[in-house]
Amino acid sequence: MRAIISDETKVRLRYPARAVGILGAVLMIASIMMPWAYGHEALDDMGFYGAPSPLQVFFVILPVIVLLLLAAPLVGKPRLGKFARALAWNTSAKTASIAATATVAVALIDIAIELEGLVNVEVGGWLALVGGIVAIAATLFLPDSPEPTLDRMKSPNWLQILAIVVLMGMLLFTAAFALSLDKAGQFLMFAAFLVGVVLVLRQVGVFAWLGLAAANNNRVLVLSAFIVAFAFPFTQNGSDANMSIASQVLIFAAAALGLNIVVGLVGLLDLGYIAFLGAGAFTAAVLSDSAFATVNFKPPFIITVLIAGVVSSLLGLLIGAPTLRVSGDYLAIVTLAFGEIFRITMNNLDGTDGPNLTNGPNGIPGIPDLNIFGYDLGAVHDILGIEIGRFANYYWLMLIVIAVIIVVFMNLNYSRIGRGWVAIREDELAAEAMGVNAFALKLLAFAGGAFLAGVAGSVKAHMDTSVTPDQYVFLESAFLLAAVVLGGMGTVMGVLIGATILKLLPEKLRFFSDYRLLVFGLLMVFMMRFRPEGIIADERRQLEFHAEDEELAEELEEELITHHGHLNPERKGFDL
Amino acid sequence: MTQVATGGHHVDSGTLLLQASNVTMRFGGLTAVNDVSLNVHAGEIFGLIGPNGAGKTTFFNCLTGLYKPTSGEVRFAGEVLPPQPRLVVRAGMARTFQNIRLFHNMTAIENVMVGMYGRTKTNAIDAIFRLPRHRREELASTERARELLDFVGLVGASDMLSRNLPYGDQRRLEIARALATDPKLLLLDEPTAGMNPQETRQAEELIFKIRDLGLAVLVIEHDMRFIFNLCDRVACLVRGAVLVEGPGNVVQNDPRVIEAYIGTPPEELPEAGPAPEQPAANPGEGNADA
Repeated sequence: MRAIISDETKVRLRYPARAVGILGAVLMIASIMMPWAYGHEALDDMGFYGAPSPLQVFFVILPVIVLLLLAAPLVGKPRLGKFARALAWNTSAKTASIAATATVAVALIDIAIELEGLVNVEVGGWLALVGGIVAIAATLFLPDSPEPTLDRMKSPNWLQILAIVVLMGMLLFTAAFALSLDKAGQFLMFAAFLVGVVLVLRQVGVFAWLGLAAANNNRVLVLSAFIVAFAFPFTQNGSDANMSIASQVLIFAAAALGLNIVVGLVGLLDLGYIAFLGAGAFTAAVLSDSAFATVNFKPPFIITVLIAGVVSSLLGLLIGAPTLRVSGDYLAIVTLAFGEIFRITMNNLDGTDGPNLTNGPNGIPGIPDLNIFGYDLGAVHDILGIEIGRFANYYWLMLIVIAVIIVVFMNLNYSRIGRGWVAIREDELAAEAMGVNAFALKLLAFAGGAFLAGVAGSVKAHMDTSVTPDQYVFLESAFLLAAVVLGGMGTVMGVLIGATILKLLPEKLRFFSDYRLLVFGLLMVFMMRFRPEGIIADERRQLEFHAEDEELAEELEEELITHHGHLNPERKGFDL
Repeated sequence: MTQVATGGHHVDSGTLLLQASNVTMRFGGLTAVNDVSLNVHAGEIFGLIGPNGAGKTTFFNCLTGLYKPTSGEVRFAGEVLPPQPRLVVRAGMARTFQNIRLFHNMTAIENVMVGMYGRTKTNAIDAIFRLPRHRREELASTERARELLDFVGLVGASDMLSRNLPYGDQRRLEIARALATDPKLLLLDEPTAGMNPQETRQAEELIFKIRDLGLAVLVIEHDMRFIFNLCDRVACLVRGAVLVEGPGNVVQNDPRVIEAYIGTPPEELPEAGPAPEQPAANPGEGNADA
């Protein structure tokens, strides 16, 4: 389209286009007062005139944004002041129209599927779709806006902190709301809406500004993120269903963060990483009070965690020492084989083929709940009048584990060692010629990552109450790797998001569980083609993926300083 | 600027620093370096010249541990050098590369700080728990990296990505990074390749400044004017072997060196190649004072 509509046409038609676009947005807003579906089984009850249903309220947000983006420039540049140039008004309006229309389309498709036939889509739904298409068409005739410069504007510190806190609050609300949506259609619609909002905010320039605000107020960000994460169980009214998913997500995320050290920071491809999680889980299981535990040594859990970590990192050293001298494909193959060897070994340590350590395929069931300093993680606690169930307890424990992992990850990254890792990734030979002990640093990453996975595994053993070898198959390693790559190699936030997506979507969208691998495969292919650096990009990684892009290099230089600051501790890192 | 000392170790000029004896490097049937012996003394600038393919860079790689020589030995300050680049650096010998090998997606100062890796001791525990040693060393490294960037003339470029630096500055950054390893001997592989005359002059001044710090410099170069201005002694490498070694003016006027570069009538060549000016591979070397 860009080529079809010339710039002159766009400038000539900018006022009519704006008016038509506003009309489209108004149509969409008006549509929520009308019925969308014939019947009330789809999404929620959308079958009446006069007032929106609870879900229909969501359909008004994006059109209102379109309306504001289109209408605001009409008041004239002087009144908008410095915002006139800071926001990408027209381009954002286009993105918002597309996002709004896509959300409506998802909803209509869902209605058609659930009520069996497009005929069940009522006038409001069609009106919303038409309004959306009109808005998209109109915004195509608007001149392109320059890049948003919101992040270059000076803003007071209190505003930045407020923005972070509000963002975190919204995150909590969003997470709680998303998990409360039981129907796959509702969840998909909400996911489409969320992706739309995120894309629009990015386009407007809000994210760049937030990124800067987050870099300036790193501690506020971290603190509020943890408060929000900690508060999450209180939004669940004692229900364990969602907390079970949430704690599984955290275990998965913890392992993915450990893998991120190996893959994201050093750039080694590890395809058997799940074995380290398994080693931790088995270690914790055999040292537990379970009747099936095979080792007659029952240390307190704090000690067990450390032993599990050490066992995993020893395995890491064992596999790493001979293989880390090779790199690339060879390492991938060796680690892939190691993952399988681990699983098969655990299957065979059943007393017939070797010592009885793991009860073979039966694994170790009946692992009792943890009791840490008198706090029974298996019991339901009543805090502030809200029931905190078993999984919520494990969720909190995993939160602590994740916090420790993030601190380890960040503090290693922003240090002499992190610099060495980047140097190895960039040019191993030059790094060696500058005195970097590449082998030792790779081994450190391997063993360190394994340690963290082992710690996560030891909690997993108690949470799942049983450990069996078939939980630790290659597919799980592949998913961990996918979480790292999808989220953004070398970043904490990205990997947390990637792990959440990969673990949450299958839970919420049970109907596509047969096609899970197909969908994730396609997702990965699209990511590799269009955004190989992942959802959240580490600046340096982004540069590596776009080696030829000189403009990007100039652009990212500044951000790299803000975020990485020479990998210097005075600007980044956490005190313990 | 010269107060940027090399960590305080004092070297008497004149003592033997690098001693390569009978270094031979074969790749299958090809003898790239043939029985080369060289001595570099503390505080001197030693030049290594030779036509393309003479084995200069291969010899460098043998010295710095990238290659393990087929035979012969390399001693540095009396000790036999281990065949591992990072241990060679630790012993006090740092290098730059013919084709610049900076860490392109790191900033200038980060590049220099990587050079300090072997001279700092912060371990994983220090870093994870942010122990005093970590803080102390990071501050000291940052400080020293800035000094070195100033020293090579990269003032104000410390936060630039090295890939965004102009070509000449990239060469200088590579020298700063090598200096960060706190070497006694600096090996420069064609430090002025691709530079214009003005940049070449600046590089020359920089090398003199480095020598004034008390470092010895071993430099490979094609630019004859540059090398004979700069070096106390020069060796000419031809087909993997040392043809002549001695003070600049001696090597410069040696007929065998001229022959190696400009060529001789076909009947005098051992191979008796058909093309008369065949060995003079690089027209850029025509600026030899020969």
